[in-house]
Amino acid sequence: MADLTVTEATDGLGLPLAMGDCILSAQAPGTAWLIAPYPGRRAACSAALAPLGLSFPAPGQGLAGQGLAAGGRRIVWAGRDQAFLFGAAPPEGLAEHAALTDQSDGWAGLRLQGPDAEAVLARLVPLDLRIGAFPEDHVARSLLGHMPLLIQRTGPETFALMTYRSMAGSAVQEIGHALKAVAARRRLG
Amino acid sequence: MRLTCPCCGPRDRREFTYYGHETFLHRPAPDAGGQAWDDYLHNRDNPAGPTRDLWYHDPCGTWLVVARDTVTHAVEGSEALA
Repeated sequence: MADLTVTEATDGLGLPLAMGDCILSAQAPGTAWLIAPYPGRRAACSAALAPLGLSFPAPGQGLAGQGLAAGGRRIVWAGRDQAFLFGAAPPEGLAEHAALTDQSDGWAGLRLQGPDAEAVLARLVPLDLRIGAFPEDHVARSLLGHMPLLIQRTGPETFALMTYRSMAGSAVQEIGHALKAVAARRRLG
Repeated sequence: MRLTCPCCGPRDRREFTYYGHETFLHRPAPDAGGQAWDDYLHNRDNPAGPTRDLWYHDPCGTWLVVARDTVTHAVEGSEALA
């Protein structure tokens, strides 16, 4: 049997990239299962997710697992009647209530951290990402330039970004340009 | 221009795709006759003033009807279709 080598979507893209006071680094999503509840089954999905300490998230919501949270298990809203389950396999019984697809290798994950992270993303993402409008753990599906984006604020100055794997190179390049421009403006004072 | 997605809230126009006038919601009966089907498929007004049209919010996948005014550019509101 062939011995395949796993390569992350962001390998060879020159990460981490530190510029100004921000750092762009790779943050592989690990296992990512898309959960799409069948019509009217959201509550049943929440019940099936309960053993993981999770429930089906409301729009814009990202939930970290309670109690069993070790291992970075979390569920993140990802569109209308869609959510991503990260860091865990779908619990038994969930498949009766939702369509499940393993999309682990379809996405590239990035992490942008620093005091200027909001200013950098303001150049690319058409959302109000200030902490008052987009507080910690909030999630949105939007755009990064012309690329589809799933974004979550994971800390006061930290964002998790996900885009399609095939677009990882463009995403890093675009964010790199924005980092450079914001850093240059800072230097001008 | 900003539109309100019933699922996600107010969003930039870049996140939406325009589909056309809400006529597409009013499909005639199969035996309605050639004129009704011609109007449904091809004939559209070009209103100066209030109009209702269909938009798709690409990031979340919601279809919506948006009521807006083509003269003042005011967006009156939006509702989800399904």
